[in-house]
Amino acid sequence: MPNTNKSEENILEINNLQTTFFTEESEVKAVDGVSFTIPKGKTVGVVGESGSGKSITSLSILRLVDKPGKIVGGEIKFKGENLLDKSETEMRKIRGKEISMIFQEPMTSLNPTYTVGQQINEAFKIHEGLGKTSARKRSLEMLKLVGIPSPEKRIDQYPHELSGGMRQRVMIAIALACNPELLIADEPTTALDVTIQAQILELIKDLQQKLHMSVLLITHDLGVVAETCDYVAVMYCGKIVEFADVKSIFNNPQHPYTVGLLSSLPPHDRDIEGDLPVIPGAVPSPDELPVGCRFAPRCAHASDICNTLPNLVTNENGNQVRCWIYSDKWDGNPEVEVNAERTT
Amino acid sequence: MQKELLKVTDLKQHFPIKGGVFGRTVNHVKAVDGVSFTIYEGETVSIVGESGCGKSTTGRSILRLDEPTSGQVEFDGKDLLAFSKRQMRKNRKDMQVIFQDPYASLNPRQTVRQILKEAMTIQNAVPKEKQDERVIELMETVGLGKHQIDRYPHEFSGGQRQRIGIARALSVDPQIIICDEAVSALDVSIQAQVINLLKKLQREFNLTYLFISHDLGVVRHISDRIIVMYLGKIVEIADKKSLFSNPQHPYTKSLLSAIPSVNPDQKRERIILTGDVPSPIDPPTGCRFHTRCPFATERCATETPELRTSDYMKDGHQAACHYIEEIESGLHQVKQ
Amino acid sequence: MFTYVLRRILQTIPVLIGVTLLVFSLMHLIPGDPAQIMAGESAPKEQVENIRERLGLNDPYPVQYWNYISGVLQGDLGNSVRTGRDVTNEIGVRFWVTVELAFYSMILSIFLGLIAGIVSATRQYSFSDVTLMIVALFGLSMPNFWLGLMLIQWFAIGMDVPSWIPFIENTAWFKPSGWGSFEQIVLPVITLGTGGAAIIARMTRSSMLEVIDQDYIRTARAKGAKERVVVYRHALKNALIPVVTVVGLQFGALLGGTVLTETVFAINGMGKLVIDAIQARDFPIVQGTVLVAALLFVLVNLLVDITYRYLNKRIDLN
Repeated sequence: MPNTNKSEENILEINNLQTTFFTEESEVKAVDGVSFTIPKGKTVGVVGESGSGKSITSLSILRLVDKPGKIVGGEIKFKGENLLDKSETEMRKIRGKEISMIFQEPMTSLNPTYTVGQQINEAFKIHEGLGKTSARKRSLEMLKLVGIPSPEKRIDQYPHELSGGMRQRVMIAIALACNPELLIADEPTTALDVTIQAQILELIKDLQQKLHMSVLLITHDLGVVAETCDYVAVMYCGKIVEFADVKSIFNNPQHPYTVGLLSSLPPHDRDIEGDLPVIPGAVPSPDELPVGCRFAPRCAHASDICNTLPNLVTNENGNQVRCWIYSDKWDGNPEVEVNAERTT
Repeated sequence: MQKELLKVTDLKQHFPIKGGVFGRTVNHVKAVDGVSFTIYEGETVSIVGESGCGKSTTGRSILRLDEPTSGQVEFDGKDLLAFSKRQMRKNRKDMQVIFQDPYASLNPRQTVRQILKEAMTIQNAVPKEKQDERVIELMETVGLGKHQIDRYPHEFSGGQRQRIGIARALSVDPQIIICDEAVSALDVSIQAQVINLLKKLQREFNLTYLFISHDLGVVRHISDRIIVMYLGKIVEIADKKSLFSNPQHPYTKSLLSAIPSVNPDQKRERIILTGDVPSPIDPPTGCRFHTRCPFATERCATETPELRTSDYMKDGHQAACHYIEEIESGLHQVKQ
Repeated sequence: MFTYVLRRILQTIPVLIGVTLLVFSLMHLIPGDPAQIMAGESAPKEQVENIRERLGLNDPYPVQYWNYISGVLQGDLGNSVRTGRDVTNEIGVRFWVTVELAFYSMILSIFLGLIAGIVSATRQYSFSDVTLMIVALFGLSMPNFWLGLMLIQWFAIGMDVPSWIPFIENTAWFKPSGWGSFEQIVLPVITLGTGGAAIIARMTRSSMLEVIDQDYIRTARAKGAKERVVVYRHALKNALIPVVTVVGLQFGALLGGTVLTETVFAINGMGKLVIDAIQARDFPIVQGTVLVAALLFVLVNLLVDITYRYLNKRIDLN
């Protein structure tokens, strides 16, 4: 029940966040009124397909959205203070110290012209003003912490000399160097092989416990979410369509999009006879979004009322869903069974 | 007995590394190192493995997109490696390929009509006057609209582009299609659509697929038989059911256990492998997996295990491990 | 590293042989007889023939080439046909003048080019970006002999300045010819360096813009690094990689440019030497100068490649 929590128990509260990309021809609302909270010490996952706005949401928190993107509204409360009111200098003191971030591509996220050590040192220099020797000592400790074998050798190597998994460990070492309270992980394992992914997820979980961090995990991989998150936000076309604890999302999904997403994923632990259930059509282009519910054109249950945008409503379990089916205004089939098509 | 369509024997693909003062070949990347398997007509065989295991290179070598170093590739009774480049081009009509990134493999300056017609013309598959008709037919087959025929690739979404790639492969009426990570770049909801399309086409045209993927969920859904590769070698080969319910090679076991499950209630015992995949330039001696294998002994470091079957395995299930029986019976335990 | 340098030096041998062969053939293909020029236009045939014989010009070409090459290998570049002086000496006196001119111009190109490129890239589409790029386009399209003549007109001969501008009466600040003093160096260096500065500026700008979009720049910002650190420490070092290659190639253009610049400013360097020698069909001088220039170019590019290696750790030289 994330949203009924009192604010001091939430490390992060995002309210009605809006991030828009301005081009000469159009305005694309990549993040369109997103609200959710991250309870202290918990892991919240944001899932969605490409174009859902999940990555822009995560970049917005640290105010790292590149031009022509701009945060145009809402608030991002970190420990009660709105990050959108902070000056650039104040933000710099938060980035890498209180909130850290790791990215999808460990191959390209490290600077190819500096050694691993130099790149970790930098975090200590910026936030703790450490000199070369003491920064190096701390960097070595960090490399050990993230499980890099023979750190004394690795510290002087360049990123291209390391494997993908090792590089992601180095990214984690940089991110966790100053003991942040919140780690934002944007698709941290997408570029990695399954056996390496298992290692990295295990490492993040392990370090989260050791360092008492909260984690925001952005991913498109439902399996990763199921294994690591406490709460899950499902995004579609810039909006959250469902927010719930992880068990509810997977065992009793409410929104037809969540249901469709779960059932179109071919499972690896059982066989499906015949065709996979599919969500028909494709994600609408961001400049031609439907006026009402964004998912209505692809939804099997859509009715007249879906031409009006539904609100994100909290149900009796404390979970949230953005769908007319669960309101008393529903004008479609009263017997609609959203979960019927699921095979489990 | 089904008809053998593709038979690969001891296929090797070693890429030279140049170095030294005179740019001599100083070493080789042993991307594929002695791979043998057979694909029967109408079935789907998948190759799975992690990056660098040689699964994509195997596909490319079969098509001679990279000339293999040695080995034999027999397709429909013909020895492909004995063909001249020209004969090979002719024979590619029967062997098509779909790549991971549909955008990179479609010419951005050609419309769908031009792309499909060009494929037909190169292979002389359809007479000129019938090509337009065939293009429309193909588009309908892969689920694209007739009105999209004169659009350029950038006007399509990722899933639609992959459909164009599939239409292009189908345009020459092939017998086998090699799908190299064909659905990996697609979003889940689109991926399901394309998988269903591939299965539908297989039923309709009696196609044979060699499906190369790292996604075990997709592989389980689409395949009849599965090949697991590690560092250029096959470690296990089995029909789908046996592989997923009764994996024998320790690598296959850890690979299967590493996939995150979408069921949050299910907390499985997971075998987390330590370390990284070693370099294919200088692969470990003996069993290539022994450096990461929890069961490895000295014998594994010296003696290369061959693919073999055992009493625990049926229906052509084979694995390359010295200790299949011992591990299965519990006699051989993980070193603590 | 050592094997790399060794390999590169070994590679220059065929390059230098090719260069001499090419120059040798070209010089013999163009019309004009050095013996005739030496003897004077109205000289009797026997005298011309004598000179030809003395210079070995009657030998078959391969023999002439062989004689030349074996001389070169012993450090003997031959004697000038025109003056009879030792070619090594002739070049030696002028070598450092040209090297200085090229070196200062290069420094000016790099300095101006980098600053303009960085300013442009960090303020993309701003007023300063647009202005700088227009100036760079001018610099690029202006032939350097023209620029040289204009600079002489304005700042060496000088313009009379209207009396309402205080302190300045005439702009004849520099000298129009010669080499050595500061007043003599400024104008030729500007003349020769402008084109390179423009190319480097444009290259730096596009390279910086590309690098600024990279993931590791975002990582640096996410670490909390100041924008200045992000630009100079993280972006610039990577952006320099393609720029360095351009600088190396630019040096070749610069060496060619010295010929015109030295002629315009009457500087007694290798460029002027070679122009005079070509006019007199003075083969040994032309051969020698081209050989030295080629060697210089190869060496500078070796240096560039070593710098490249230092910047780009992904290139393993061995």
